[in-house]
Amino acid sequence: MELFVFIVAALMIIAGAVGVIVRSHPVHAALSLVLTLFGVAVLFVAQDAHFLAAVQVIVYAGAIVVLFLFVIMLLGVDRAESLKIDPIKVQRPLAIIVGAGLCGLITAAVIEGRKTLRARAAGIETATSANGHDSNIKQLANDLFSNHVFAFEITSVLLVIAVVGTVLLARRPGKRGAADVLEEAGTQ
Amino acid sequence: MMLARIAPTTTWYLILAAVLFSIGAVGVLVRRNPLVLFMCIELMLNAVNLSFVALAKKLGDIGGQTTVFFVLVVAAAEVVVGLGIIVSILRKRPHATADDLAELKG
Repeated sequence: MELFVFIVAALMIIAGAVGVIVRSHPVHAALSLVLTLFGVAVLFVAQDAHFLAAVQVIVYAGAIVVLFLFVIMLLGVDRAESLKIDPIKVQRPLAIIVGAGLCGLITAAVIEGRKTLRARAAGIETATSANGHDSNIKQLANDLFSNHVFAFEITSVLLVIAVVGTVLLARRPGKRGAADVLEEAGTQ
Repeated sequence: MMLARIAPTTTWYLILAAVLFSIGAVGVLVRRNPLVLFMCIELMLNAVNLSFVALAKKLGDIGGQTTVFFVLVVAAAEVVVGLGIIVSILRKRPHATADDLAELKG
């Protein structure tokens, strides 16, 4: 059963990922991305990361992909990009060689490190699962709010900076700026 | 049924993550639409998240899942800022590709 879930989720992930890079239409690429994200969420559930699976679906598939689609529609760039144009002649084959090499290298490293991983994991029962332990979300909360509470607070600062920066970036320039308004108020 | 008794090990998850990461990397190298480039970066981030979660389970350490939580937050912030930049570029010059953006340099 676990094997079946893994194979189906892996096929979803690979098919979605290939779809993102071969579909010429940005909207189709975004929808393929949703397929990949759902596959990753399924594997999160299979690995007892229930909270992260929920967050994955809500934040990634829900918010980020909608943001992508929103920008595509807003800017009207929803026309197919011609995949035939090759700006540098050898770019495509080189990219595929780089990708295959990267995949081979990481796979080799993973297989090489199997023994180390097994030795490190020996005797560890899976404490991330709920059997006889706290639930996953409780463990996560304990870790987040005790060991990583400072990083958590810094994260909120990061989000505020991102929001303010985006508002500044996406503001339509050229119209009356805040400085002009202040100036006018001063002259009256 | 021999096949049903085989359970996927952590190595399988790590190799799947490696494949996903490579596909994302190829996408970043090949595609020219800035929006699709961002989607490929999301693919790579998801591959890393997947390996973090697999190792968190294998090593019985919840810290891996905490890291994934932070990666999710940073990815969301990155997408928001990146799309803001793309919107402000594409508003001036519609249908700009990643190659055209090299003209930004002085």
